[in-house]
Amino acid sequence: MTRATSAQKIAAARAEGRPALIGYLPAGFPDVPTSIEAAVALAENGVDIIEIGIPYSDPVMDGEVIQAATVQALANGFRVADVFEIVRGITSRTDAAVMVMTYWNPVLRMGVDEFARRFAQAGGSGLITPDLVPEEAGEWIEASEKHDLERVFLIAPSSTEQRVQRTVDASSGFIYCVSLMGVTGARSEVSSAAQAVVDAAHEAGAENACVGLGVSKREHVQEIGAYADGVIVGTALVAALRDGGVAAVGALAAELSGAAAKEHA
Amino acid sequence: MSTPEHSEHADSIDQQSLKHASGPYFGAYGGRWMPESLMAAMDELNETFEAAKNDPEFVAQVRDLNTNYSGRPSLLTEAKRFSEQFCGGVRIFLKREDLNHTGSHKINNVLGQALLAKRMGKTRIIAETGAGQHGVASATAAALMGLECVVYMGAEDCRRQALNVARMRLLGATVIPVTVGSQTLKDAINEALRDWVANVETTHYLLGTAAGGAPFPAMVRYFHEVIGEEAREQILAQAGRLPDAVTACIGGGSNAIGIFHGFLDDKDVALYGFEAGGDGVDTDRHAATITLGRPGVLHGAKSYLMQDDDGQTIESHSISAGLDYPGVGPEHAFLADIGRVNYEPVTDTEAMDAFKALCRTEGILPAIESSHALAGTIRLAQRMIADGAAPEETIIIVNLSGRGDKDVGTAAAWFNMIDEKDADAEISGAAAAAERSAADSEEK
Repeated sequence: MTRATSAQKIAAARAEGRPALIGYLPAGFPDVPTSIEAAVALAENGVDIIEIGIPYSDPVMDGEVIQAATVQALANGFRVADVFEIVRGITSRTDAAVMVMTYWNPVLRMGVDEFARRFAQAGGSGLITPDLVPEEAGEWIEASEKHDLERVFLIAPSSTEQRVQRTVDASSGFIYCVSLMGVTGARSEVSSAAQAVVDAAHEAGAENACVGLGVSKREHVQEIGAYADGVIVGTALVAALRDGGVAAVGALAAELSGAAAKEHA
Repeated sequence: MSTPEHSEHADSIDQQSLKHASGPYFGAYGGRWMPESLMAAMDELNETFEAAKNDPEFVAQVRDLNTNYSGRPSLLTEAKRFSEQFCGGVRIFLKREDLNHTGSHKINNVLGQALLAKRMGKTRIIAETGAGQHGVASATAAALMGLECVVYMGAEDCRRQALNVARMRLLGATVIPVTVGSQTLKDAINEALRDWVANVETTHYLLGTAAGGAPFPAMVRYFHEVIGEEAREQILAQAGRLPDAVTACIGGGSNAIGIFHGFLDDKDVALYGFEAGGDGVDTDRHAATITLGRPGVLHGAKSYLMQDDDGQTIESHSISAGLDYPGVGPEHAFLADIGRVNYEPVTDTEAMDAFKALCRTEGILPAIESSHALAGTIRLAQRMIADGAAPEETIIIVNLSGRGDKDVGTAAAWFNMIDEKDADAEISGAAAAAERSAADSEEK
């Protein structure tokens, strides 16, 4: 089986003259089978890269919608090892690249190398690590090299030039540019700080800089696509899954990707 | 026999000093396991702290506040009746942090950090609180220095400590009840971190314990080192020698690291940290992080942590809200691993028995947190005697980290000292009042 990487997916989107679309959903929300179906619906409606979040007891970078979803997933019995089944379920049915977003303690608990090995076996492309900075990532960098996984670290509007450089140097796949100072959640407008973060990443030599936090609409995707290499949507998709199930997730993905507009044209 | 000064000198050339460990790592623990969004603020804080430590003006400011505002040095009181009745005659000295302004050791840290916040040009401080002691101390420092103050407190803790909620509001702070997760201290920290990420330009997060990402553990310890320095001088003056043991309770571990620090390099002084054993460490209701936890990362630091096989944090339980935390400061994890400090659990029942014992023998009402240290000390004294120590020649210093006024309701209920009807009416009345005012502040 060939494993799609986020770098390949972003390059393919660029060749089509558009930003890559990255869609986030929590693993095991509302349960394991439905979370697989919802992710497949993303891929079938124009999402290039699927980001699966591991529910965690102390998600300090997440706002209310994602917190509530992950609390429910845990209450419904989600176990960390279920994420491999979910990743396998998605990669066996779609050609999307599958990333996992995880707070670091669950990975530490399983063992960094063990987690990386099983994740790569399931067809995963790499990890997005919201509370792991390059300084503390020695063990992960080693494991990701060994298992050929992408390392996506974050930069923020507050990151100094020196920190941006260090983070870009440590990353592979893409850089996650946090658009604003805050936690996840839909906002009506994209922060004006986002472009400066992307520019800083590009200046530091990043090939792929993707923007997340507060992105919820097709207009946002287009606006950010003018300067970034990819656009990450999370909370809006989670709310759609919560309120309207898999069908609503597919419909929102189609709208975000522009696939819905093409069908009607 | 050499004088204490001589033996200290001999020790310092004998072994590598454990004092003044600067972080960011303490052995395999510590570090900065936190979001990139906060790293610039952590760097700024670290630089400001390092510069301040070496600035005589800052050091003088801290000393002046400690002396003329908090009331330091705190007393060292020999507890003779407690010693005779519960400790087999082993001499017990209490380091009286309960006598500080606001009633606990917490004031040492908040005054220092509030000064740093002002140095950084921040106008707002946020804090987490469990029992409310750190929230009250933070609100006090904010009022004194003209800073805006927001305190995050688990909704469950707001109910348990309704009077402290009112106290913080009287001091001008905004108290935000946290209704997510277990609604206790760990969730209050999560909410404070979310606030900090969004407001880091104007806001300093005044963390209340010696945990969190670097520089917090070393910085919080620095402001509490005065406890151990004073205690060491006081015991030399009063007893003419160093103690055989020093004891403290451990939640996050700030009072303990403060008093231990003064004795870390005195290798003949045994150090004991007493964790909250809740219903017992053979049950799943406790907060004995070092005794039963495993290394992991939470709230910015690698340390011992109560977690399940998936790395999910396990909710802790203790009768003492101030010890009800599933993590512990990273320097304690290190000191446990190298065997310099012994950590043992104390159950709710043992702590409450010791609470009553001190009330009845010394006329001192200890915080339930500090009662864990007292209970552990009773056990330790009996063990020392069993091992052949001569009681009258054995000395233990207990860090009495706070006073128990805030715990009167809990203790009265525990010992069935209030007529049940009255107690129910009073407790539900206080809870209703707290909920009403919480609803008010949320509306605003």
